[in-house]
Amino acid sequence: MTVMSYLGAIGAAQREAMEADERVVIIGEDVEANVYGTTGGSGKSRADKGDFLQMFGSNRIRNTPISEEVIVGAAIGAAMTGLRPIVDLSYSSFLYMAMDQFVNQAAKNRYMFGGQASLPVVFRSAMFYGLNTGAHHSDRPYPMFMNVPGLKIVVPSSPYDAKGLLRTAVDTDDPVLTFEACTLWGSKGEVPEEEYSIPFGQARTVREGTDVTVVAISSAVPEAVAAAEQLAEEGISVEVIDPRTLVPLDTAAIVESVSRTGRLVVADPAHRTCSAAAEISAIVAEEAFGSLLAPIVRVTTPDTQIPFSPALEKQLYPNRSYIGDAVRRVTGERVSVPPTPEGVDDALSTQAPR
Amino acid sequence: MSLTNEELLEMQRRMVRIRRFDERASKMVKRGQIPGTVHTSIGQEAQVVGACMALGDDDYMSGNHRSHGHPIGKGSPLGPLMAELVGKSGGVCGGKGGSLHLADFAVGSLGESGIVGSSIPIATGAALSSKVLGNGKVSLAFFGDGAANQGCLYEAMNLAGVWQLPVVFLCENNQYALSTPAHTVTSGVIADRAAGFGMPGVRVEDGQDAMAVYDAVSTAVERARAGDGPTLVEVVTYRYNEHSEGLRLGTDYRNADERTQWLERDPIVLFRRHLVETGVATDEEMDALEAEVLDEVEQAFQFSQDSPFPDPEVAFRDLYTEPIGVTS
Ligand SMILES: Cc1ncc(C[n+]2csc(CCOP(=O)(O)OP(=O)(O)O)c2C)c(N)n1
Ligand SMILES: [Mg+2]
Repeated sequence: MTVMSYLGAIGAAQREAMEADERVVIIGEDVEANVYGTTGGSGKSRADKGDFLQMFGSNRIRNTPISEEVIVGAAIGAAMTGLRPIVDLSYSSFLYMAMDQFVNQAAKNRYMFGGQASLPVVFRSAMFYGLNTGAHHSDRPYPMFMNVPGLKIVVPSSPYDAKGLLRTAVDTDDPVLTFEACTLWGSKGEVPEEEYSIPFGQARTVREGTDVTVVAISSAVPEAVAAAEQLAEEGISVEVIDPRTLVPLDTAAIVESVSRTGRLVVADPAHRTCSAAAEISAIVAEEAFGSLLAPIVRVTTPDTQIPFSPALEKQLYPNRSYIGDAVRRVTGERVSVPPTPEGVDDALSTQAPR
Repeated sequence: MSLTNEELLEMQRRMVRIRRFDERASKMVKRGQIPGTVHTSIGQEAQVVGACMALGDDDYMSGNHRSHGHPIGKGSPLGPLMAELVGKSGGVCGGKGGSLHLADFAVGSLGESGIVGSSIPIATGAALSSKVLGNGKVSLAFFGDGAANQGCLYEAMNLAGVWQLPVVFLCENNQYALSTPAHTVTSGVIADRAAGFGMPGVRVEDGQDAMAVYDAVSTAVERARAGDGPTLVEVVTYRYNEHSEGLRLGTDYRNADERTQWLERDPIVLFRRHLVETGVATDEEMDALEAEVLDEVEQAFQFSQDSPFPDPEVAFRDLYTEPIGVTS
């Protein structure tokens, strides 16, 4: 084991995958110069460890023009004909530029062609929310892609998961979209130095508990853990589950946990309507209704756009305080913090995280 | 670049196959034997086959909604194609693609696309894999004059140009996108757009001449295979049928004279005459070839009728390489 950052773990997974298989290539904007820190050593280690361009050469590390539609489409075509591309799309907000290729080609080609095609391709992107980047760079769009059968969706929340899940993504013969949380980039954790992979569709129980199940996604995971620690002091035992992959989703683990605790809070940084939280809530309502002792509560980003000002943005995402309040609500405790954050107008307040 | 007599006859055979296959498909739509509609390549056979014959068996190709000619031109057997149009289990895609989404990976056909322009990046990516793996394969993207106004074409041309990818962009300019005359929505000449990307742009003015198409595409393919990068080839041609079978547009967007003129330049008639005049084949041999193809199409039809419909459970297969379980 060694201690690695989330970003470092992604870089390590990419390097190991490139070393393991010559068919793995990395394409994207500014990958040669390692602008985002995953195609070479990062920080000080960059000088001695070298960049991927030096390690793997310009045939396999390819800077692209700013042309997301053809970057995504060409990666699909390349995957259908023998390569295993990793596409670095930098910001998740840029995926929309290539929506046709994701939805009409990546997701459908294997199916439409009766299984003739396999598409071993990974689309990496980072969600820069919570960093005052404004409405055009703060998206958390994974639920949109959950609505597209044929894609696999990965949302790692720790360095260990980031490395192991990315390796599985590269080794999988289906198109995978990984959504990395920028706010987690610097977070550190224990990571095996050797190669390993984490199977898709297996949730991780981050913390065991008996009173409430909190299913948390991406950056909401550490917030849920922090909330659970606080709640433990109040005598409430919280189980925190990180699904790690949204497609496939470990429904069994979630249902099993709720059947023990009888209560569910879902913390999801995506917009509320048709969020991952909405889907998980619906599944539990369908499959574990008899176990529920209280209504399911979602803690999500309200259905408003992301404002620039730090005074406005911070309040919008699920945090330990909102998650704590939600848990208190489902356990029948009085909510200690006013549920409506300041600055959210009346129209939105009904949808505000609480 | 000169073809053997055998190859010349194969060229004619494939053109006749497309014609008879599409005539049959058209009839089947009218009789309700094909659910939905189809887009025929009738009239455009020289443009399709001239291009396909310039490719090797292992080369890649992607196409569009005018979809039957491309795999037939690349050598795909007719039975599974016909069965696919009917939605049968013996279809080339097991009944999950239909007319719009034919694909036959066995002949390098990476798939036809129902989304105009959408398959151009796919062919570009196939060229990328050839380049990275160094396997010498060339890739060709078929698309229409309508698709020539999609942005993804220009993203693809730029990427192919800057990476010197072995790809041929083949614009089938049949002069209309559905009811819209190309000149009313297209600024300048399509082939001229290549210059902006530093690649050759070739316009084949007589796309009814199979050899003219073959020559132009062969030059582009050789260039690509030699590592010299992409070419844009625009082929001027004409579709004889309506945009899609069964479509009745209230407006007369194509005038009758124009159609008559193009009918006089029927690519199959022209090439047959060429083969007979140059002594490659006799009229009797040509008649025999046409009879053989008719028989092939009849057998393909029989195959499509005899093949069973897929099990309902097949709708849940092939989403992923390993099934992940779908809740119905
Ligand atoms: C993105 C997209 N827009 C519109 C359509 C509807 N549509 C199908 S075919 C077609 C005309 C295409 O014209 P062209 O590319 O010239 O091909 P042709 O039919 O003439 O062979 C249109 C508008 C579509 N399928 N996809
Ligand atoms: Mg057209």
